[in-house]
Order: sequence, then C-alpha cells, then structure tokens
Amino acid sequence: MSEQTKHAEHEHHIVGPMVYVAILLALLVGTALTVWASFLELGPWNPIIALAIATAKATLVVLFFMHVKYSTKLTKLTVVAGIFTFLILVSMTLADYISRAWGSW
Amino acid sequence: MPDNSAIVHGAQESATAANNANGANSAHPEQPSYLRHHFNSTEQQADTSNFAMWLFLLTEVMFFGGLFTAYLIYRNWYYPAFVAGSHQLNVIWGTLNTVVLIASSFTMAMGVWCAETRRRKGLVLSLTLTFVLGLCFLGIKSIEYREKFEKHHVPGAHYSLQSFVDPASDPEIFKEYHDKPLPLDMARHTEIYFSLYFAMTGMHALHMIIGIGILGFMIYRARAGAYTSGHVTFVENFGLYWHFVDIVWIYLFALLYLISRHQ
Repeated sequence: MSEQTKHAEHEHHIVGPMVYVAILLALLVGTALTVWASFLELGPWNPIIALAIATAKATLVVLFFMHVKYSTKLTKLTVVAGIFTFLILVSMTLADYISRAWGSW
Repeated sequence: MPDNSAIVHGAQESATAANNANGANSAHPEQPSYLRHHFNSTEQQADTSNFAMWLFLLTEVMFFGGLFTAYLIYRNWYYPAFVAGSHQLNVIWGTLNTVVLIASSFTMAMGVWCAETRRRKGLVLSLTLTFVLGLCFLGIKSIEYREKFEKHHVPGAHYSLQSFVDPASDPEIFKEYHDKPLPLDMARHTEIYFSLYFAMTGMHALHMIIGIGILGFMIYRARAGAYTSGHVTFVENFGLYWHFVDIVWIYLFALLYLISRHQ
C-alpha cells in the first residue's frame, strides 16, 4: 500500500485484488450492521444510523472500487465538487419546503 | 505482485501503431494504435476519458438526487403512509439483493484488475460473474414486483388501500408490525410511496438492464482479447458506471427498506 501511493499522479495505478477483497468484506459487514440496526428501536436515530452506514459504504466504493483514492487531482476535485453541489441543491430544496408552511403545523 | 506495477501502455503494439498511424502519430512510432491523434499521450487520453465519465456520473447523481429529494419531502409530509407503505417491503429480499449487488461490484472490480494486468480468461470470468449476479438482482426484484402486483400495490386504477385501512386483513405483514389502521385520507397517500418506490427502483433496474446489455457486449469482445492488450478504458469506465449503480442501491435499500421499520 505505502509503495503504491508513492506513484506519480500520471502513472496509471492498478488497485490489487487484496484491496478489493478487503472492501468486499467491509461492505458485507456494513450491510449486516445496518440490517441489524434497523431491528433496534432507536426512534429518530434509526434513519440517521442507516444513512450514516450507507454513506460509509458508498465512500468505500467511491475511494477503492472506483479508484478515486488513486486518481488524478482533477478527478478528485470533480467528485467532491459534484457531491458538494448535490448537497447544496438538496438542502436548499428541503429548506424551502420546511420553511414555506412555517407555523401552520 | 503484478498489481503493484504501473501499466506500460501497449508497448507491444508499436508495430501496429507505426503501420496505421496518421501523419501526427508517425513521428512517435512507440505510441500504440488506440492513441487518438488529438491526445499527447495514452496517459492524457485515459485521464480525459476518466474525467468525462465522472462528469456523466455527476449528471446521474443529480437525476437520482431529484428522486431522493422527492422521497424525503413526501416522507416528511405523509409520514404514517410512508411508514405503512415501507412495511410492505421484505427486508430479507432487500438484504439479499444488497449482498448480490455488492458481490457484483466486487467481480466487476476484479474484471478491471484482470484487464489492467492483461488476464484474458480472468476478465471473461469476472465479466460473466458480474453479468450473472446482475441477472440475479433483477430476478429477486421481479419476485418483489410480482408481490406488489398481486396485492394491488401498484399505483393506478387497480390500487388497493385494504392493507392500510384494515392492516389485519394482511396477516403476514400484520404479525410482524402490528400497524394501526390509517384514516382513509392518509391511507390514500401510500400510493405516493409506491409511486416513488417504483420510480426509484424502476430507474435503478433500468440502469441494471442497460449495464447487463453492455456486459454481454464486453464479454463477447473480451473473449477475442479486446481489453487485455493495454487499452482498458472501456472496462474501467463501465466499472465506474456499475459501481455507481451499486451506490444508488445502497441508498435505496436504506431509505426504502430500513428506516421505517419501527414507528
């Protein structure tokens, strides 16, 4: 791993099978964990925990299966900018819907 | 370990490059034939197509993002209807499909590695496993869809409110959740839940069907050695698409199946 990350940005990096097996196991553990958590009575924490685990799984997929950890700065910036824009759009839309009927519930 | 090395982009193909190169390329006889004339190097070409693929995936993020946002807003408005609606989904089928899709993402990632390290048989095997796992996912999804049709939970003229105004009439679900009957106006909003359920899982399944079609094409080409001679861009970019579809499902599973099991 440490040797791999030293490669220059423009050299095409190959992620090996051991990394993929480790991520596969982590994703399966995450799936088991989120299903187990859904059986617990946690009130408002149920959706928060489910979405947190989903985000952790998605991050592993993006970084390793999709090679973003080993990609060029341009690709990293593109991914982060896209997620950032997406979150702005969602939060502004939700803010509008939540505040529009303010006080009438 | 071969996986620790960087790719030498198609050095073996220098002979073919010299043969069919145009004027610009003939000055660099060491460049492989798949290098387009408007790129300086295979690295630049690979980086450019990777960037373009990510831009496409961002438009996909925005597309599914709109559906997710609609789901969040309606879930807040008609919360009891969305809880009762999601109780109709079977967590076991959902979990099984999540495992199948994660496994297919793993076999796809292995396929990319096989292409990068020029393992033709490994690539064909990986792509075939991905293809089969994709079909398994759609098979399980169709079992779930069939149940929705049988219970008249598909939005439209034949939509039935019975499971929601009289939960005891649906014993399999009732014995697990003991839902209280919903008033008629709230029960009607379960149709919105199922509209979004079919829109989201249906668009996801459409992406799977398109992906499986492309996988079939890739298996055919890979058997002839198409992606194992240095030019791996197509396999890598398809891998990005397949993993993206996996990520969409990870969120669909959480939002549709898991977050409303209590309440």
